[in-house]
Amino acid sequence: MDFSIASILMLDGITNGAVYALLGLATVLVFSVTRVIFIPQGEFVAYGALTLAIFQTGKVPGTVWLLLIMAVLAALLDARLSWQHSGNAQRAAKAALTTLAAPVVVSGLVIWAAPHQLPLLVQALLTVAMVTAFGPLVYRLAYQSLADASSLVLLIVSVGVHFAMTGLGLLFFGAEGFRNPSFWDTRLNLGSLVISGQAVIIMLTSLALIVLLYQFFSRTLYGKALQATAVNRLGARLMGISTHGAGQATFAMAALIGALSGLLIGPTTTVFYDSGFLIGLKGFVAAVMGGLHSYPLAALGALFVGLVESFGSFWASAFKEVIVFTLVLPILLWRSIADGHAEDH
Amino acid sequence: MKAIKSLITTAVAVLASGAALADITVGVSLPLTGPASGLGIPMGNELKLWPTSIAGEKIKVIVLDDATDPTNGVKNAKRFVTEDKADIIMGSAATPVAITMAAVAAEAETVQLAFSPAVLPPGKDGWTFRMPQSNSVMAHAMVSLMKKQGVKTVGFLGYTDAYGESWLKDFTTEADKNGIKVVATERFARSDASVTAQALKLTAANPDAMLIVASGSGAAMPHMAVVDRGYKGKIYQTHAAASRDLMRVGGKAVEGAYVVSGPAVIAEQLPDSHPSKKLAVDFVQQYEKTYGPGSRNQFAAHGFDALLVLEKIIPVALKKAKPGTKEFRNALRDAMETMGRTVISQGVLNWTKDDHWGYTNETGVMLKVVNGDWKVE
Repeated sequence: MDFSIASILMLDGITNGAVYALLGLATVLVFSVTRVIFIPQGEFVAYGALTLAIFQTGKVPGTVWLLLIMAVLAALLDARLSWQHSGNAQRAAKAALTTLAAPVVVSGLVIWAAPHQLPLLVQALLTVAMVTAFGPLVYRLAYQSLADASSLVLLIVSVGVHFAMTGLGLLFFGAEGFRNPSFWDTRLNLGSLVISGQAVIIMLTSLALIVLLYQFFSRTLYGKALQATAVNRLGARLMGISTHGAGQATFAMAALIGALSGLLIGPTTTVFYDSGFLIGLKGFVAAVMGGLHSYPLAALGALFVGLVESFGSFWASAFKEVIVFTLVLPILLWRSIADGHAEDH
Repeated sequence: MKAIKSLITTAVAVLASGAALADITVGVSLPLTGPASGLGIPMGNELKLWPTSIAGEKIKVIVLDDATDPTNGVKNAKRFVTEDKADIIMGSAATPVAITMAAVAAEAETVQLAFSPAVLPPGKDGWTFRMPQSNSVMAHAMVSLMKKQGVKTVGFLGYTDAYGESWLKDFTTEADKNGIKVVATERFARSDASVTAQALKLTAANPDAMLIVASGSGAAMPHMAVVDRGYKGKIYQTHAAASRDLMRVGGKAVEGAYVVSGPAVIAEQLPDSHPSKKLAVDFVQQYEKTYGPGSRNQFAAHGFDALLVLEKIIPVALKKAKPGTKEFRNALRDAMETMGRTVISQGVLNWTKDDHWGYTNETGVMLKVVNGDWKVE
């Protein structure tokens, strides 16, 4: 191996690592606020990439109907809850409408825009909006009523949600994969190294999102409220922070990050309905390296996973996944020894 | 009480006569849902075009969905052999499902016509025959072209699964015979985000040709990665990649690729000397008349061929025994093992007692991607 090969591998590793970093951050975010180990994080990646791909063909993505069905279900649940609390029909209707509003508006826009062959960026924006709308609904339908259950129960629910989303993905997108057009079709020559425009976009977007998330949690009131929920749910509720609202907001952010990741990797590889799982799993490995609570460590872990994967494929491509996932074991061991105390949940 | 008794007797009589009336029963298990539904659905479509009788006997086709799940495949196969008293079972189009069904077929001593290249341990495939071509038959066609083009060294980039492994094995055997060497072997998975590292290593070995073993739209990503790394040699793809998804996803990058394929999907372009030309054209016309132009598909062709096989073996077996009996099932198997050279739309079959794969080396056709379309090489 000479320097030029090593640098190409590094670039490849860092580019993939940047995507894993985003997913790792989303996993940490969701876990710290809601204690959910969010396995279906990767599904948002596939939904994002494939929804855009369907847009490109000028058809209405099937995910729209799923979004509408989920929105109606969530609205019914919200209406019932509100009715039980207040016994006021008007309030119940209002609760339902609030839940319905955003998904219906987004779906309407998507259905209207699909046949118009709008510019790529507009389609990408609509895709992100639509996949983001899934986040709160997934939380509302699958997790909200179990918010106080143990982590284990939430994990099992996550597995269920993962299978449901993959199966529905197959239904909406079909068994074959898609590759999206590149957002920036250029090549930068740096000595022996050729950097594609898409790789630059991936790295810049990841960096920007990491900075934004950091700013959000440390500077804004809402970010601090979310953090408070993460630290102590009861305490946060006593301070007037809605834990359900916090959960839904967190899931919306997770879905947003997932959709963006999907758009980022869509032009670099062929995405299938089930591609998200493995990508999400690598993000999860990164999150575990950060102990599921540290954002910077998760981001570093993600870059590490990306690099190991890239060099692993070069030296022993048949054992690539084995290498990546075996890495978790010593790190888990080290973390459990270093932390020393038993988890209380 | 009396009324009920007579009712029961009538019911039993009707049932008994019903069983006697259904002449030849064919049980088909297909993945109409689940990950392999892309294979099962066109096959199910083709089965709808089957006639209702063969050689003057009525034929009853029962199609069940196995949802690409081996457990369901076993359930379906058990139902076929016990409840339906099937004379022959077919399926599944998904390899893992077909493998589990083979055990049931062997136990019940009923012929299984698998729609997938199911590899079974020696001695376990006594009742299982395969409809798709084996990888070694396809590798033969591919190596012949490589030899003609003067290729001496090949780099291998394939799936880390059974498909990739079996291609590596069959291709290496075939290549060795012809003095072609596999100089680098790299693996990847369908869901990988990138194969840059593997492509780097392969291009560093600089082989005359590159063999990519992947399926459908998944075959485009490794192809593009190799081209991206500046590889200028010939790139070969297997028959699992011989679908339009390769061009849809790969675009310009897959231009000039060599792809091995069964003859049915490129019926019109086959040279007149190819034995399957006529039947392949028949298949395409019949299928596309019902399901629209361009709907042709290699799996539907296997369904078409299964009927050709039935039409050949049923008359032979009928001479020896009555449908629904053990003797008839035995006779069907004997007929398949002794039917000799049989031309079908997907090539030329020749099953024998020791060879339940059966395609001859005339089968595989090499295609080249030219201007986003197939051209026979």
